[in-house]
Amino acid sequence: MRGLRVYTLVYLLFLYAPILLLPVFAFNASTVIAFPLAGFTTEWFTELATIPALHTAVLTSLKIAGVVAVVSTLLGICAARAAARYRFPGKAGIMGLIMLPLILPEIIVAVALLVVFLQVGLPLTSLTVILGHVLICTPFCVAILNGAFQSLDPALEEAAVDLGETGWGAFRLIILPLVMPGIIASLLIAFTISMDEFIVAFFVSGSDATLPVYLWGQLRFPQRLPAVMALGTILVAASVLLLTLAELARRRGVRRRGGQDTGGFL
Amino acid sequence: MTALISLSGINKTYASYHALRDVSLDIGAGEFFSLLGPSGCGKTTLLRTIAGFETPETGHLRIDGRDMLRVPANKRPTNMVFQSYAIFPHLSVAENVGFGLRRSGDNRAEKAARIDEALGMVGLSGYGDRAAHALSGGQRQRVALARALILKPKVLLLDEPLSALDKKMREQMQSELRRLQRQVGITFVLVTHDQEEALIMSDRIAVMFEGAIAQVDTPQGIYRAPRSQQVAAFIGMMNFLPGTVRSDGGQLLADIAGLGTIPLPGDLAATARLGAAQFGLRPESLSIMFGSDPLPTGLFSDGTVAERAYYGDMTYYDIDLPGGASPVTCSMKNLLSRPVLEPGSAVRVAWEPGALSLFQDV
Repeated sequence: MRGLRVYTLVYLLFLYAPILLLPVFAFNASTVIAFPLAGFTTEWFTELATIPALHTAVLTSLKIAGVVAVVSTLLGICAARAAARYRFPGKAGIMGLIMLPLILPEIIVAVALLVVFLQVGLPLTSLTVILGHVLICTPFCVAILNGAFQSLDPALEEAAVDLGETGWGAFRLIILPLVMPGIIASLLIAFTISMDEFIVAFFVSGSDATLPVYLWGQLRFPQRLPAVMALGTILVAASVLLLTLAELARRRGVRRRGGQDTGGFL
Repeated sequence: MTALISLSGINKTYASYHALRDVSLDIGAGEFFSLLGPSGCGKTTLLRTIAGFETPETGHLRIDGRDMLRVPANKRPTNMVFQSYAIFPHLSVAENVGFGLRRSGDNRAEKAARIDEALGMVGLSGYGDRAAHALSGGQRQRVALARALILKPKVLLLDEPLSALDKKMREQMQSELRRLQRQVGITFVLVTHDQEEALIMSDRIAVMFEGAIAQVDTPQGIYRAPRSQQVAAFIGMMNFLPGTVRSDGGQLLADIAGLGTIPLPGDLAATARLGAAQFGLRPESLSIMFGSDPLPTGLFSDGTVAERAYYGDMTYYDIDLPGGASPVTCSMKNLLSRPVLEPGSAVRVAWEPGALSLFQDV
């Protein structure tokens, strides 16, 4: 038992130590990223406010992530609803294809997308990043929403129709409120993934650099490194916050339906 | 009896099997009607066809004289109590019960009054503000009933509504459902696999096997005069005794394994054919003779107790009769004056020829 405990600690340290270094150097009063630490400063955070290109990149990323979250969640709702409610030929195969981007190497997806966009003649802008990110985020949304839709008793919808509602009314009044926590979780996770995604954005963002692409560019300038660390700290904090909200929304949904928690996405 | 629901020639097939085979059935206004059968016999499919959730390939369905098959479920004068109750978990009890009133055009006060009335009808007055997911099984069932009855449908459809309840609660709900049905006068169509429940609650029962209706009759009719061996075996307990029907000098005789040869009782003789037959005898039509009991009427056979099952109020004895193919089961009330017999005891059994059923299934 003792051995297992030590193993767990080492494992967690290995996972999180690099991330914990981010805030350490973000508050370090030296442009050199190395120990020993020089002293405490918030200088790098204030420096962030003075870089216009960074602001543009943040806005681009927020815009892209917002659109991606909405679009991939809408697609996810359609797919999860179809999977839960209807039987049709080739259903297993279609669901499998939808989930495939989850396991495809992202670099392959990125190169393929670039080739397609160039062939179609689509200029590389935020739109192409949105298309790429929707491709990557939709499987996550489907996975989350599938859980929400599958756990619904099909008789609920029939009961609403039996009591005089139309199909759309039953969906709006019964199904939608019950899967709403799943939808919120899906929006938040798609948003987070899109905010953080680098490879596809790197290939297809053109001149509209997203935040990760911008950060990558800054790594060439050593004096900018502490500011990057500061930005990284903010991003990690925001990601943790969003994912926590997503999980809370999911748990609340489970409680509200009075169901058993079968373990969520996180 | 005027038929409120009239089904004729209904056929429904799924990819792999025939769910309903040429079902024709009339259900009267104000009847408590049960669809009874083992799981997979098509009874739920038939109920869902009446509700509008299944569309048969052929046949007609009329409710109150109106053709219904092209009418969508939300426009039919039927409401349903689902097996899972399908209580909307995110709504309160009152919102659940009042769900069907959304399109009624009643104002807020009228709706509230109707919801109170419906809740009172099922004994849940004052529960309106509760969260639906916090209710017990029995309470959910009542909410489902109130929700379906509030629209005053012509037909209330109940899909195994009591199967999720424990025995005590089930018995209580059985009598309550019966009372409710008399009170509101609405036609109830109940789907159940529990023959006892069907016998207790129904005015009439349709017994279904493999998508087809085997017999429609009153509970007494089904129990006393099952039309086939399959129905007889499904409803209650029945001893099946192999035998033959033969003619001797113009009189029909029955040779029954273990019970001997008797003149075939008059009501059976009308439809009997010569040749092999199965004779049916309910356990209560056989009785062990205890010294303390008055001498019963009927015929007698001697046998040995092979096995017994003690139920408290009754004891079921399996009795070996000489010449019998298998032991016959006989049920005896446990009167104080009657000892519970051990296997191996020699007994004399009295039985009533008038209670015999005759099956000559082709």
